[in-house]
Amino acid sequence: MRTYEKFFRMNRLPHIWCPGCGNGIVMKAIVQAIEKAGLDQDKTVIVSGIGCSSRASGYMNFDTLHTAHGRAIPFATGIKLANPELNVIVITGDGDATAIGGNHFIHGARRNIDLTVVLFNNNIYGMTGGQASPLTPHGKKATTAPYGTVDRAFDPCQLAQAAGATFVARSTTFHVPQTVDAIVQGIGNKGFSLIETITQCPIAYGRKNKLGDAANMLKWMSEHAAPLAAYNKLSDEQKAEKFPIGVLYKGAAPEYSAEYAKLIKQAMEGKK
Amino acid sequence: MKARLMQGNEACAEGALAAGVRFFGGYPITPSTEIAEQMAKELPKVGGTFIQMEDEIGGMAVILGASLGGKKVLTATSGPGFSLKQELIGYAAIAEIPAVIVNVQRVGPSTGQPTSPSQGDIMQIRWGTHGDHPMIALAPWTVREAFDVAVMAVNYAERFRTPVIIAMDEVVGHMREKVVLPEANEIEIYPRRKPTATRAEGYQPFTPAEDLVPNVANFGDGYHIHVTGLIHDETGFPSGNAQLTKECTDRWHQKIARVQDEITHYDEFFMDDAEFVVLAYGGTARSAYAGVEAAREKGIKVGMLRLMTIWPFADKIVKKAAAKAKAILVPEMNYGQLVHEVERAAAGQTQVISLPKYNTEIFEPSEICEAIETMAKEASK
Repeated sequence: MRTYEKFFRMNRLPHIWCPGCGNGIVMKAIVQAIEKAGLDQDKTVIVSGIGCSSRASGYMNFDTLHTAHGRAIPFATGIKLANPELNVIVITGDGDATAIGGNHFIHGARRNIDLTVVLFNNNIYGMTGGQASPLTPHGKKATTAPYGTVDRAFDPCQLAQAAGATFVARSTTFHVPQTVDAIVQGIGNKGFSLIETITQCPIAYGRKNKLGDAANMLKWMSEHAAPLAAYNKLSDEQKAEKFPIGVLYKGAAPEYSAEYAKLIKQAMEGKK
Repeated sequence: MKARLMQGNEACAEGALAAGVRFFGGYPITPSTEIAEQMAKELPKVGGTFIQMEDEIGGMAVILGASLGGKKVLTATSGPGFSLKQELIGYAAIAEIPAVIVNVQRVGPSTGQPTSPSQGDIMQIRWGTHGDHPMIALAPWTVREAFDVAVMAVNYAERFRTPVIIAMDEVVGHMREKVVLPEANEIEIYPRRKPTATRAEGYQPFTPAEDLVPNVANFGDGYHIHVTGLIHDETGFPSGNAQLTKECTDRWHQKIARVQDEITHYDEFFMDDAEFVVLAYGGTARSAYAGVEAAREKGIKVGMLRLMTIWPFADKIVKKAAAKAKAILVPEMNYGQLVHEVERAAAGQTQVISLPKYNTEIFEPSEICEAIETMAKEASK
C-alpha cells in the first residue's frame, strides 16, 4: 500500500470525473501535501463547495463536508472558529470560489483566517456541462458563450492578495511536485492561503476550444507556465503569452482565530 | 433572580446563552440587530464566539460549520435576510445540523417597511426553502417567553438535529417588560448528541437512533464522517436510489411528527364556556387577549387560543376548538396567512374568520373586541 492511501476512502473510488480530467491529480497532490505536512488525520477537515472539483471531499478519508454552491469558505470559517485546533482545507472550483462564492472568498482572505484554499481552476463550469465562469479567459468559448466570452476573467491570485490573503501560489496539474510543495507551504502558513491549481477539462472546456486531449492541454501548461522569477524577467510582450507559477505572495498579518482567542481570554478575565 | 427591564430581542439572546449557545454568526438587519449586538458582547465572556459575516448567506453557512464543529449555534435576521438564508436552512434540514434562526419579522416583501412589525413570514418560515422538509417554529408573545422559547428552540434543534425558527415579530422583539429570568439550575438543557458506538463497532453517522434522529459525530472526534446536502444513506454518502430518497424524506418528517403533541405549546384562556374563539400568536396575541377580555365584559362568551408552536401546526387543538365554537376569529399582522391552516384544521366544523392587518400598525384591542362583537352578532342572526 502506498503511504498516502490511508487518506483516501478506497471504497468510494473510482471517482466520477471524466477521462483525462485533472481533478484527480490535484486531489492526490492535496493528500500528499497533508502527509508531508504531517497533519493529524483526525484533526483535519476537508470542506468543499459544489461542482466537479468539490466532489473530491467524498473520496478523502477525513471529516469531510460537501456544502452548498459557493459556501465552502463560510462553512469552513465556522468549523475553524468552533474548534481552532482543526486544520481546515477548502476545495473549491473557479465558479464556486469566484462567482457564486466570490464575496466569501474575498472576506475569508480579508480576515486572514487560517484556511488552506485549493482552487481547482479548469476555466469552466464542468458539472453543468461547460458554461463560462469568471475564470474562463476572455474570448474563449463555452456553452453559454458560443461566440466567445465577452467577460474579462479574474486573476484569483491577485484578488486574494489584494483582499488580504497571506499566502498565494499558483501551480498546474503538469507541475505536480510544485503543486504539492505549494499546498504544504499553504498549510504551514497560519492564515488564509490560496493555491490556485490550473487543471485540464478536456471534455467541457478543451473540446469546445479545440485545445486537444488531456495530454495536449498538459503540454500547453508546461509551455505557458513560467516560474515567477523567470516570468518577472520577461518583456511585456513575452508575458502576454505566459503566466507565472510558484509562490506569488507571502505576507504577514494577524490570524483571525488566534486574534479571537485573545479576545475571549480578555473577556473571560473581565477586561473591557 | 431579581427583576429586570428587558427587551424581547435581549431576552431571546439571553435565553440562547442560557441554553448553551456558544456561537453566533450573522449580519446586521433591523429589527433583529440587538440580538447580534448582545451576542457580540456576551459570548466571549463565556468562551463563545461571535462573528459578523459578509452577508446573510455567510451568516447561515458559518453557524452550520460551527455546529458541525461541536458548538450550539444561533443566528438572527429579519425578512430580507431570512429570504437569503433559505437555501442553507434546507441544508440544515437535509444534513441534520442543529441550528436556531431567529426571524424578527418586519413588513415585506423586499425592503418593505423595515422598522414596522409584521407576521408576514409565517408561511415562508414553513415553506421558504425548496423541497419537502419538516419545520419547527416557535412564536413568543412576552419578553419572558422570548427567553423561554430561545431555550426551547436550542433544545429542540439539538434533540431533533434540525433547524428551528424563532418566529418573533417586531412587537415582541422591541418591547420592553419587567421580567424575572430563571436561575441556571432551573433550566433544562438538551446536550449535543454523541455517537454511541465506534467505527469498529459499525457506527454510521446517519443511522437513526430509536427516536429516528441520528447521533452524528462532531468534526474532529475521529469518526471521519462525510456530510452533504445530497440525499444520503446512513453512511452519509450520496445515493440516487429511489427507495432511499423516499425513506429519507419520510424519516425527516416522522422524527418531528412523532413528537408533535409534545412540542405543540399553546395557551387556552376562557375556553371552558366559550362559544367563540380568537386564535392568535406573537405580538398580536397581546392585543387579542385584551380584546377578548373587553368582549367578555360585554357578556360575549369568547375564549382564546394562543399558539406558541406555529409549526408543526396545532391541528388537534384547533380541530377540538372548532368542534365546539360557533366561529373562530384569526387576527394576524399580514394579509391572512395562518388563517388558512386554521380553516384546514377546522375542516368545515365551524366558520373561520380572517382579521388581517397589514398597514404597519399593531392591532388595537378595541379592533379585536369589535370584530368579536360582529362575529357574535352574525352568528345570532
